Amino acid sequence: MIWDALTLQLGYNATLVTLGATLLGMAAGVGGTFLFLRKRALVSDAISHATLPGVALAFMVMVALGGDGRNLIGLLLGAALSAGVGLLLVSWLSNRTRLAEDAAIGSVLSVFFGLGIVLLTVIQTMSAGRQAGLEDFLLGSTAGMLRSDALIIAVAAALTLALVLLLRRPLTLASFDPEYGTAIGQNVPRTDLAMMGLVLAVTVVGLKIVGLILIVALLIIPPVTARFWSERTDHVVLISGALGGIAAYIGAALSAAQPNLPTGPIIVLVGFALFALSLLLAPGRGALSALLRHRRYQRRVHLRQGLLALAHGQPIYEQLTLRLLRAEGYALPDGVATKAGRGRAAKALRDETRWQLIRRDPAYEAAAQQYDGLTPIETVLTADQIREIDSRIDMRGGVMA
Amino acid sequence: MNGSEFVPLSLVPMLTGIFVAVACALPGNFLVLRRQALIGDAISHVVLPGIVVAFLLTGVVSTWPMLLGAAGAALVAVLAIEGVRRLGKIESGAAMGVVFTAMFAGGVLLLEQSDTSNVHLDVEHALYGNLESLIWLDATGWGALLDPEALATIPVELPRMAITFLFVALFTAVFWRPLKISTFDEGFARTIGMKTGPLGLGLVIVAAIAAVAAFDAVGSIIVIAMFICPPAAARMMTNRLEHQIAWSVGFATVAAILGYVLAGYGPLWIGLRDSVSAAGMIATVSGLILGAAAVMGPHRHRGAAAPTA
Repeated sequence: MIWDALTLQLGYNATLVTLGATLLGMAAGVGGTFLFLRKRALVSDAISHATLPGVALAFMVMVALGGDGRNLIGLLLGAALSAGVGLLLVSWLSNRTRLAEDAAIGSVLSVFFGLGIVLLTVIQTMSAGRQAGLEDFLLGSTAGMLRSDALIIAVAAALTLALVLLLRRPLTLASFDPEYGTAIGQNVPRTDLAMMGLVLAVTVVGLKIVGLILIVALLIIPPVTARFWSERTDHVVLISGALGGIAAYIGAALSAAQPNLPTGPIIVLVGFALFALSLLLAPGRGALSALLRHRRYQRRVHLRQGLLALAHGQPIYEQLTLRLLRAEGYALPDGVATKAGRGRAAKALRDETRWQLIRRDPAYEAAAQQYDGLTPIETVLTADQIREIDSRIDMRGGVMA
Repeated sequence: MNGSEFVPLSLVPMLTGIFVAVACALPGNFLVLRRQALIGDAISHVVLPGIVVAFLLTGVVSTWPMLLGAAGAALVAVLAIEGVRRLGKIESGAAMGVVFTAMFAGGVLLLEQSDTSNVHLDVEHALYGNLESLIWLDATGWGALLDPEALATIPVELPRMAITFLFVALFTAVFWRPLKISTFDEGFARTIGMKTGPLGLGLVIVAAIAAVAAFDAVGSIIVIAMFICPPAAARMMTNRLEHQIAWSVGFATVAAILGYVLAGYGPLWIGLRDSVSAAGMIATVSGLILGAAAVMGPHRHRGAAAPTA
């Protein structure tokens, strides 16, 4: 059953929905990257919650005009309109008043959602509203979707993805370096507006699949995940789009196969699983690799301190240091230096003395700034310079003469 | 409206609404000033997985396990956000978005998977609660307030919210000076030896307690609105923190009363038969207040000095 779903064998509607979700996931992953890089990820939360009054009003208007009110295009248009109003209010509040953007987001989000709830309770009391099913927009629902609705969503998702791909260059520039964008004549505010338009499109198209509470996850989780795998904007965009597509595909397919698995939450949880894996395992920025890096650093520090102690003939009590020295063959279990250990200790002490000297000498200021106790001095100074330093040490009758 | 109708039907929800609004608005002032306004949003989303897990563990829908579950989830969320932010070096907004959506999704999934058909536990309830259902059946009039027998049957949400409100007010009063100093100048607060880290965490925990105690009666949405809208509106009215707190308490109270009245009686005035969601209406009214303050408030523009510490 699950295999059938993953290979799109569950019938025309389920296939359409899965494909639509995949395209939407890709569009959201790519579009969300720009939002994330501009550090405005949670603006999408305000946009998505602000769709609710629009959906409810559109339903009421359509009923008042004599329709049955459940026309998906009409509902989504209403959603887009009120989300647009919400977006304008967020930017008005954060630009024209003293409120910071997070307070503007939070107030628009909660007030629009509250108004939406009020309108939903009004609809529940209307005779046409009993089976309106507008609650589906809260958490998304693809079960029993009409074929026409599935088609609309698939086409709209494809259009959104096309739009994202079309706009990716100006968006990349504006999110990576807005000042440079302005300098070469790009209209950055307009690009920002286009970015918000994309986010709005993703939100509205995703309402029926993922639901308005969780749609932000599609815009936030893939970019954050992708960021672990690359430092380059263009790569992050591509990886994020792929991750979003994968999460939406697996999630939509699983939920089509198991009727009691709601689509939106499954997609979000698949995305979160990918995120958790990346957080742990990604090379460079992942937690595991950071831990390994830390351990390596710790070993170098302990080894160096141990060697200096050996050179000074001081006893070593620290267990980790002793273990490291023994493992390298520099010391015996009782902490007495071996022959190799004495050699290395002498070198460590000589290097340290050289460092001390150049750090007091303004002529070596640039080199001395690289001192961290671990950098071998040969990598900073030339052989001639080291000889010159050594001659000074000898003149002073230095320790290592 | 006479006492025999008002006291059993409207007094309790109205008072509960006021306590919720003020208990959330008090810490909200500091959260808004510290640019942590959205922490309330995150906390109120993770309440759902908390109560679902509590239900699955105990098998009953009862107050204390659920409050504990919700509080536990809020704590997990705060720690997870901090963990993701530090481990992944991700800005806090995105870290928040990752954590609370994932936890909410997990809550919805658990809820759909478990058999909750015979208990009153659903997503809609957690989102917008049911303030209207807090009916005090044994009250016959104003006299019930002095009648111990009738008082014993008062809906438990009211005393719970009253205690929460007192706790939040006490926290604000006791830690007033450190809160104020660390909110406006964290560096200075540290140099005079304040532990700003634990204080910040404490503020978030107090906010979480208010949110968790409130969600059962009024749902999440009103909690988010009350954390942000009254303090944000109050910020447009004054530059002094003391005055801002007073304004925000006033705005929160007005929103709670007006919202409840409009939800209960407003539809009747315009000819509809049924009332609308009180929680939604309270959030809407708080938004209208914020809108009015943003258009007319004397200190609505940036550039004037921030509230003096």
